[in-house]
Amino acid sequence: MTAELVRGQNHPLDRTRVEIRVAAGGPVVAGVALGDEQGRLSGVEAVAHPGAPRRTGIEVPRQAAAEHRIAVDLDALPDAVHRVSVLLALPTGIGPLTTFGAAAAPSVTVTGLDGTGIVGYTVTGLGAESAVVAVELYRRQGAWKVRAVGQGYAGGLTAMLRDQGLSQAAELAAEIEEAVGLGHARAVPAPAPVAASRSDRPGAGPSGASAADRTDPANATAPDGPTTTGAGIGTGATTGTGPRAGAGATTGPATAAGATSGAGAKTGATSGTGSGAKSVAPSPAPAGGGPVDYRHPKRRSAPTPAGPPAAPVLSAAAPTGATASAGTPASPDGPPAPVAGDAAGWSMEERLYNQVWGMFEDLARSVAAYRSASDFAESRLEQELDKALADPRNRLGTAVDAARAAARDKHATLVTQARAALDRDLAQLAAESEVVEPALPPAFARWDNPVWQGYHVPLERPMALRLGDLHLPEVLDLRIPMLVRLPLERGLWIDSGPDAYARGGGPDPERAYGRRELGSALTDGPPDEAELRRLAMETAVAIAVRLLAVHPVGDFAVQVIDPGGTAAPALAPLVESGALPAAPLPGAKGVASVLEGLTRRVDLVQMAVRNRAGDALPPDLDTAEQLLIVHDFPHGFDDRALTQLRYLADEGPAVGVHLMMVADRDRSREYGPVLDPLWRSLLRITPVPDAHLADPWVGHAWTYEPPLAPKGSQVVRQVLGRLAEARRAGQH
Amino acid sequence: MSVNLSKGQGISLQKSDGGTLTAVRMGLGWRSAPRRGLFGRRTNEIDLDASAVLFADKKPIDVVFFQHLISDDGAVRHTGDNLVGGAGQGGDDEAILVDLARMPVHIDQIVFTVNSFTGQTFAEVQDAFCRLVDETTGEELARYTLTGGGNYTAQVMSKVHRVGNGWQMTAIGEPSVGRTFQDLVPAIVPHL
Repeated sequence: MTAELVRGQNHPLDRTRVEIRVAAGGPVVAGVALGDEQGRLSGVEAVAHPGAPRRTGIEVPRQAAAEHRIAVDLDALPDAVHRVSVLLALPTGIGPLTTFGAAAAPSVTVTGLDGTGIVGYTVTGLGAESAVVAVELYRRQGAWKVRAVGQGYAGGLTAMLRDQGLSQAAELAAEIEEAVGLGHARAVPAPAPVAASRSDRPGAGPSGASAADRTDPANATAPDGPTTTGAGIGTGATTGTGPRAGAGATTGPATAAGATSGAGAKTGATSGTGSGAKSVAPSPAPAGGGPVDYRHPKRRSAPTPAGPPAAPVLSAAAPTGATASAGTPASPDGPPAPVAGDAAGWSMEERLYNQVWGMFEDLARSVAAYRSASDFAESRLEQELDKALADPRNRLGTAVDAARAAARDKHATLVTQARAALDRDLAQLAAESEVVEPALPPAFARWDNPVWQGYHVPLERPMALRLGDLHLPEVLDLRIPMLVRLPLERGLWIDSGPDAYARGGGPDPERAYGRRELGSALTDGPPDEAELRRLAMETAVAIAVRLLAVHPVGDFAVQVIDPGGTAAPALAPLVESGALPAAPLPGAKGVASVLEGLTRRVDLVQMAVRNRAGDALPPDLDTAEQLLIVHDFPHGFDDRALTQLRYLADEGPAVGVHLMMVADRDRSREYGPVLDPLWRSLLRITPVPDAHLADPWVGHAWTYEPPLAPKGSQVVRQVLGRLAEARRAGQH
Repeated sequence: MSVNLSKGQGISLQKSDGGTLTAVRMGLGWRSAPRRGLFGRRTNEIDLDASAVLFADKKPIDVVFFQHLISDDGAVRHTGDNLVGGAGQGGDDEAILVDLARMPVHIDQIVFTVNSFTGQTFAEVQDAFCRLVDETTGEELARYTLTGGGNYTAQVMSKVHRVGNGWQMTAIGEPSVGRTFQDLVPAIVPHL
């Protein structure tokens, strides 16, 4: 199965004899540069090109063509070679193309000798460039990997070779051109560019990447650990936003542009390191990069600097042309296009986490500005109307009508202005959300994100988990992921009580919207009590599965107290997949045994931590973090069990025992106020959309939506199945 | 080039090339109290505080000061309370950043004030100044010297207000007495 990469992403190679197949929209020259650990070339002999097609372990074609096969034997390469870069350039004078942007995007496939695809990469987002470093194979701890680079050069072959560190770049470029010219003389005519036929399907690369055979990038990068390590030895063009932003590309062509613009911002910075690219005359590219534009239509970006000599420095200084300008604040018509991972952080995960929180704060503040302005407009209108009526001079004539009209005009003007300011902010945030959502790792992603389809059990715990979505009534379709840090600092309380929703009274359009959008089994009628209880347990299971899924095998376990046995249908997926070893014991006995066990665990671990004697824990103690789901509280609880539960709620989180109550607060009313501290210590969430969570900045009431899988989706069972596989594999 | 302002003088915050300013910073700086000999830690620290009050139609809507560092809309941010001064070596010890482009549409005046929280009068504080800086270029637009301000503990420094589509700054320089901005509201109102 071919893994389709996006810019910056890497993938392990499982063999050392590979073929690199290149397909472009017109004749291109293919070459290979062999670099050392720092990516430096030892000299012209480190480049395999049409003028010198054979180097040890490498053979490249002698002429320009629309399709190439480059044979690579990685075992035969000298030990000093750590990086094999595949270079593509448009030959001058052969074929109609002068820029890559003018034809279909070139694609590169790394295959085995038998032709089975390993990795595919379509170099999208090229504009005025006439040379590009497409992919590179590199050594990493004794193994070879392949990375999608996609670094383009408007300055052509010479600029590209110089950027590879060759001092004789111009001479070598001339030699290559000459060899290609000779080769062309005896070659068959190249096929006509196929730009027209492909331009309307920019996402589907020539390698025919269908939704089915797109391996999820998360798999591809998962063995690497943090995504930034892959970029560590990179050229800089691939650092940062590349790998994770690339995750978005699997959802379709739209987000691929986001990925390239992200990397483009970086290349713009690194390309300045000099190479003297500006001495190279730019290719006479049409402005905007030709007829094919792979950029996202909604994403604003400045057009590529035009080819005419008026702007040679500009276009040469930004080798990636269109992509670089998309990422820089150069676009005059507004703020820069948003990029996934555009925040501070040590890893992509942390950057996305910070970015999501930044979006959360920005949305809260933008809406605060809007509400403040419209409230002010409202109160001023009232005052002015009162004043107009109260003024005795207005009693006669039309003055009062005029005053009223003026007041209403002022009100309308202010509200319109406020709305315009809000819309401007929302458009920016919506664009950001559009880029960020697809780039999120599983722990931050909704169930319907394709990243879950390619789910693999992670090797380490993520920093946070998405507990659901938040939105405000002003902007229903902008959902902010509600990320909470792991390990959970507070327990969760999933409110299954009906009065919380009845309180709102009549039909609430916002809630109706939420119900319509929310996939899972929500009926159209108002949720009745039984329905709410069922949904509450479903929500509990959905969150439990997320928690299980984002922890490495054996690091997280779920226990359930269900004295009435009423949660069995919702728990079925957990029991069937083995995530829950057995159905919970019924009755008070089950309550007592689970609480007894967890209390003992908390006590022992606390002792071990206090005395720094972690190895003295009894061997039968499960050291995994525990999530205790309490269903039907307080049914089956006696005073002793209640005390133990409160002990777990207070002491548990510090030693890895987390509480999740699925309860209706009213049903424990008989206990009086003694349980209030327990409820307060828990984070309340609801099984149906409900506005009750406040943000930490302004205190808006945000509508929370639980993380239920879309109706009919099998993703939860799939994830549980993978977990079960991993668990079995771990046992053998 | 900065302008040393005197009371009531106004400067427009239009750039010379016609573009409107989008972000300004109000900076406040002062020299910390001189160290005394043996028990230096008993030096009477001087704590001046910068505050910004946001007005819509002469009604206070929001205020940014050391206990509320970011306005609800996020357009005005205080960089944090400085309790002793002198940190900036002549630079700003406290700063309030104002993003004029993001300012809610109904806010039409922002009044900047300085208070002496520890009670020293401006006669006792050395090298105290407040200034307005264009955040995008770092260029100082206006500077107001507080030192020598007499027996006062507070000053309504200046206001930034909407004029047409742009913003203009007017120096107020009204001395007053007060510990925090709340004490200054009566002094501010006549200048709106």
